[in-house]
Amino acid sequence: MPSNLIQSMQPQTRTFELVNLSANDYKSGVRPVWCPGCGDYGVLASFSKALADLRIPPEQIVIVSGIGCSSRFPIFVNSYGLHGTHGRALPLATGVKMAQPELVVVAVGGDGDAFSIGMGHFPHIARRNPDITYLVMDNEIYGLTKGQPSPTSPVGMEKKASPYGTLETPLDPILLALASNASFVARGFSSKPKELTELIKAAMQHKGFSFVQIISPCVSFNDMTQEFKGATLPIPATHDPRDRLAAMKLAEHPGGMYLGIFYQQPRPTYEEKMQSLQDKNARADYDLPEMMSRFMR
Amino acid sequence: MSRSDFTVRVGGDSATGGIITTGEIFARIAAYAGLDVYTTRTIPSEIKGGHVMFQARLASTAVWSQGDDLDMLVAFDQESIDRYFKLIRFGGVLVFNSNDGQPPAVTDGVTTYALPLNEIAKSINFQRGRNLIAIGALVKLFGLPFETATTVIEKQLGRKKELLEQNIGALKTGFDYVEKNITPTAPYSLKPRADAPEHDRLVLNGNQALALGAFAAGCRFFAGYPITPATDIMEFLAGEFPRIGGTLIQAEDEIAALGMAMGASYTGARAMTATSGPGLSLMTELIGHATMSELPVVIVDVQRAGPSTGMPTKVTQGDLRISVFGAHDDAPRIVLAPVSVEDCFYQMINAFNLAEKYQTPVIFLSDQDMSVRVQTIAPFDLTRVQHAPRWLWESNGVNQSYARYAITPSGISPMALPGMKGGQYVAEGLEHLPSGAPDYTPEVHFENMEKRARKIRSAASEADRMRLLERFGDRGAPLVILGWGSTIGPVREAVARAQKEGMKVEVLYTKLIFPLPRDQIAEFIAERKAILVPELNHTGQYARMIQAEFWREVVSLRKFGGIPFTTQEIYDRIKQIYAAKCKPKGRGARALPTRRAKKRIIRKS
Ligand SMILES: Cc1ncc(C[n+]2csc(CCOP(=O)(O)OP(=O)(O)O)c2C)c(N)n1
Ligand code: SF4
Ligand SMILES: [Mg+2]
Repeated sequence: MPSNLIQSMQPQTRTFELVNLSANDYKSGVRPVWCPGCGDYGVLASFSKALADLRIPPEQIVIVSGIGCSSRFPIFVNSYGLHGTHGRALPLATGVKMAQPELVVVAVGGDGDAFSIGMGHFPHIARRNPDITYLVMDNEIYGLTKGQPSPTSPVGMEKKASPYGTLETPLDPILLALASNASFVARGFSSKPKELTELIKAAMQHKGFSFVQIISPCVSFNDMTQEFKGATLPIPATHDPRDRLAAMKLAEHPGGMYLGIFYQQPRPTYEEKMQSLQDKNARADYDLPEMMSRFMR
Repeated sequence: MSRSDFTVRVGGDSATGGIITTGEIFARIAAYAGLDVYTTRTIPSEIKGGHVMFQARLASTAVWSQGDDLDMLVAFDQESIDRYFKLIRFGGVLVFNSNDGQPPAVTDGVTTYALPLNEIAKSINFQRGRNLIAIGALVKLFGLPFETATTVIEKQLGRKKELLEQNIGALKTGFDYVEKNITPTAPYSLKPRADAPEHDRLVLNGNQALALGAFAAGCRFFAGYPITPATDIMEFLAGEFPRIGGTLIQAEDEIAALGMAMGASYTGARAMTATSGPGLSLMTELIGHATMSELPVVIVDVQRAGPSTGMPTKVTQGDLRISVFGAHDDAPRIVLAPVSVEDCFYQMINAFNLAEKYQTPVIFLSDQDMSVRVQTIAPFDLTRVQHAPRWLWESNGVNQSYARYAITPSGISPMALPGMKGGQYVAEGLEHLPSGAPDYTPEVHFENMEKRARKIRSAASEADRMRLLERFGDRGAPLVILGWGSTIGPVREAVARAQKEGMKVEVLYTKLIFPLPRDQIAEFIAERKAILVPELNHTGQYARMIQAEFWREVVSLRKFGGIPFTTQEIYDRIKQIYAAKCKPKGRGARALPTRRAKKRIIRKS
């Protein structure tokens, strides 16, 4: 477990029976199309391990994604999947969860998918706080379209689409999530598989919207594996994850990139609130004839 | 003297408030008194300020359009008199607010009544009571029962007790004013329909009818983003859904709205969204995905005049093309169009059943006019409500491998839902193998394009069973009208008029816009002298689709000012075409069917 995971957190209560499967049983058998060495392999491995540890039956899991190398993810997992359009993983996932709250819903995608084309959805899912885990494989580049700068690329990045260097300052996904009041905010690294597995587990056990930025280098168009290895360091055990301002300070840390749980503050989920709204207003005898009769003259 | 058919228009400035409410409450009173009502209105898009008008046709027989000439104009201000006085028919009436307007010097054939609305309101110390004073006056002028008026006001405005008393007081003041000061000389009393039993009529608009239809169809998931004129569908369901365990989300935009509905559908829910043109444009990419991933979903488009923001409160039928063809590459889907307020209910049920059965997005084309029009209609026949199920996959217990996108003769493949053991698959936007795994080989793409098209094409076979065609008029008439959507109202009345004058006309409205019910249309247009296709858009979108499909010449009658057809406009065109092409001895040879169309004719011996 990450050192600072809130210990009082109860594991999720599930309506289904747990299973005993190996990490490998959670692979679909379709061979990933990723380049050899791509960080996303590590994420897939850690994710499968997390599912095995959490013992979730494959048919109870729905993985929803957008478009990008990373968004191919559901194809390689033995679970239900919804491979959507570019940037739309979050609304699709929200629909799945709200229609069928017992399902374990995980949204996945890349930095472009999440923070460029799909940016409009991010603060809103945080506001709603459905029990959905969102794993963003951040390689600071558009991988699938072969290497254009993304919203997390450093200023001045020289690529074919920016031969003289980018002019835009990168955005910080952790600060963004914190500002949006996501109820769980963490950062992992594909090259730290054990820690990543634990982070994913913690995120999935968190009841509410859990966001994990996963540094996952693109070896073909922006290979920063070594730089990231040098820059990452664990969040100090003294950090109180309920302290949002302290979390923001950690995110701003100029000396390196912290890995671990920045923030965790459970609050009622969207589906719980919807359920109580329905319970409060439910009328067993309400039916079509009565609804229609309200329009009778 | 009493008339059986009466058109009244109320005009004023929306800044003073309540013009539409005045009209709507008055129309409801008439409906509650047993009259048939058909309303229409124009409003500026601004929330406050700008001229507005409301028109109601009140009749003791069934009515199908908003009425052409005015029998009565109720003018709250000078502008309304200036704009509409000329529309009052000979023998009609002008009721005007004498504190804010004067009739023209010459009012030949029009009786005028002055109501000093501002002064009356002042006398009862209720400045905002002008509307109810006017309503009270109209109730008296039309000879409607005062008790009916109070019943309606209680139902509409009855939430706050003291306000209600004040409102009814104002109503009474207007009623009494007419009684004391005006001796009616014009014919304007109205008799209820002879065949209308007391309490069997619904009074509602198209948006309400379609929302009830969605409820009846088993829809329990709605996501939407506010946009005129579709918003009140969401607002209505927001109040209703919690009572029946339904989930409603106001999404952050239309893309999210459709995405949420599709996500819900993926789990098996009957899900929908509702929008207008600009929102439909945003949804286009996901509609393609729903075609590709074969997800059922219902998308309501309440058409408003465009392009762009256009005229949000004006009608168009201009979204046919984006609904049928709006996609990258060929992305077949089903498009339905109801023809009336009543039909909105039944077609909504069809929309869900088609979406579920054919595992496809269904676009439901309503329009602004139908959406806000309050009409009296027969109660919905609930015995017609049926749910067509989705074809679900069933595990045979053995470790079989499931092929979500199995190529089948019908093109429909059984679908697994999350939670079903062994059914794990990925709903794909990429081209895919039967298993769902991505694949780009030419053969696979070819087979899937065929599968998806075959599936949608076969939905045309539902046309008769689901009552997706409306046909009336003279069998074998030389002139036919082929149309779609809410233009059927004025067409019905114009045809009745033409028939009275000895012309023979037959009408077919297709509620199934895509796939077109080819056989029925081919049979219908065969060997006619002329085909008239009326619609409310600039290019004749339906007419061109018909021409392209059947290689037949049609007369495309287009109107695109943002307002519906009048009966007169349709009638004039019928008469003109009839004289030119359909007179027994006339020349009409050019309109004979082409060889191609002939071949497709299914002859009934
Ligand atoms: C609407 C739309 N615009 C553009 C694209 C092209 N496109 C595909 S993936 C992608 C960017 C992917 O970047 P990211 O989300 O970071 O994923 P990565 O490939 O890096 O994992 C783009 C621009 C698309 N598929 N759809
Ligand atoms: S292009 Fe980059 S992100 Fe995409 S698979 Fe290759 S290494 Fe991974
Ligand atoms: Mg990326």
